[in-house]
Amino acid sequence: MSWIIAIAIIVLGVVLTLIRAMLGPTAADRMVAVDSMTTITTALLVLLALYFKRYIYLDIALVYAVLAFVATLAVARYMEGGL
Amino acid sequence: MGKLSRFIFTSLVLFILWLFLTSTFRSQEVLIGLIFSLVIALFTYNSFTEKGLRNLSPRKVFCAFLYLPYFFWQMIKANFDVAYRVLHPKMPIRPGIVHVKTKMKTDLGKLVVANSITLTPGTLTLDVIDDNMLIHWINVKTDDVEKASEEIPGVFEKCLKEFLE
Amino acid sequence: MLTAIGWFLIYFGAFFLFLGALGIMRFPDVYNRLQAGTKCTTLGALSTSIGVGFLHPAWLPKTFIIALFILLTNPISSHALGRASYRSGVKLWEKSVVDKCKEFKECVEEENE
Repeated sequence: MSWIIAIAIIVLGVVLTLIRAMLGPTAADRMVAVDSMTTITTALLVLLALYFKRYIYLDIALVYAVLAFVATLAVARYMEGGL
Repeated sequence: MGKLSRFIFTSLVLFILWLFLTSTFRSQEVLIGLIFSLVIALFTYNSFTEKGLRNLSPRKVFCAFLYLPYFFWQMIKANFDVAYRVLHPKMPIRPGIVHVKTKMKTDLGKLVVANSITLTPGTLTLDVIDDNMLIHWINVKTDDVEKASEEIPGVFEKCLKEFLE
Repeated sequence: MLTAIGWFLIYFGAFFLFLGALGIMRFPDVYNRLQAGTKCTTLGALSTSIGVGFLHPAWLPKTFIIALFILLTNPISSHALGRASYRSGVKLWEKSVVDKCKEFKECVEEENE
């Protein structure tokens, strides 16, 4: 039972960042919200691996973290005008 | 610095990373990991490290172990600071961008100082131009260059100068 | 004992992840949001993944790698975002105290293009 409270708190956080990503006045606001959302989602994926008791799900969290990092860097370069 | 020392350091780091990733000591896995870390190190040692095995000298490792607990303590303090500012109904923030000078010479030193500044209370590195750092401060106490340099990176540089330079 | 530590770390992390999201919602401009987002989500994700590792000691190496990766890359991506948003001309909050960035021509050069 205790896992559902932790997952509920984190999902609430994801929803808040999602609202900011929809509201955000500028593109930079949206990108900041999405960047935080990916980090929160990584933690959520680790918790899901605990819930389903599958070791292999941790790999998904790791790959997701790597790809989110690359995506953020690419968008930042694009906003700067260097891409 | 010798090429061999840099090559050995790179393959050592890659091999330890492989051991953590597979988290097993079965002989086939260890053998494959050893082969691949050697092959990858052959191609990447040039851009991976500058100092090679000198990074592992006992004094540097000791200083790194002294630095880590201090860093984590600062990080937890930073989080409670942000929590206070977020949960306070009036949001007590006075943001601004200040300019500080860093004493670190190497690129790695600048990187570690900038990352540490980002994760510690109320400060965020925006830009690094040569030895000038532009820092977004959530609660500006002073806009003087000298005083701000004492306040923000001063504490870290004293610790880091030992083991990075 | 290990289970208790693990659950404590998971709840600690979940609480700070939520606070980071709340900070992103409440703060007035990009740079303040970036502060809340980076600090809180880094510690939150770190503590949650280490906590899962404490609950399943066999998983500890991999969760440790995830935590290390987040610790190393999150400040870099926030730094890239902050720099990009300053150079693309995002204004500071109107109540900001000081802006030393104007003195450097590297920062404002691309704003005028």
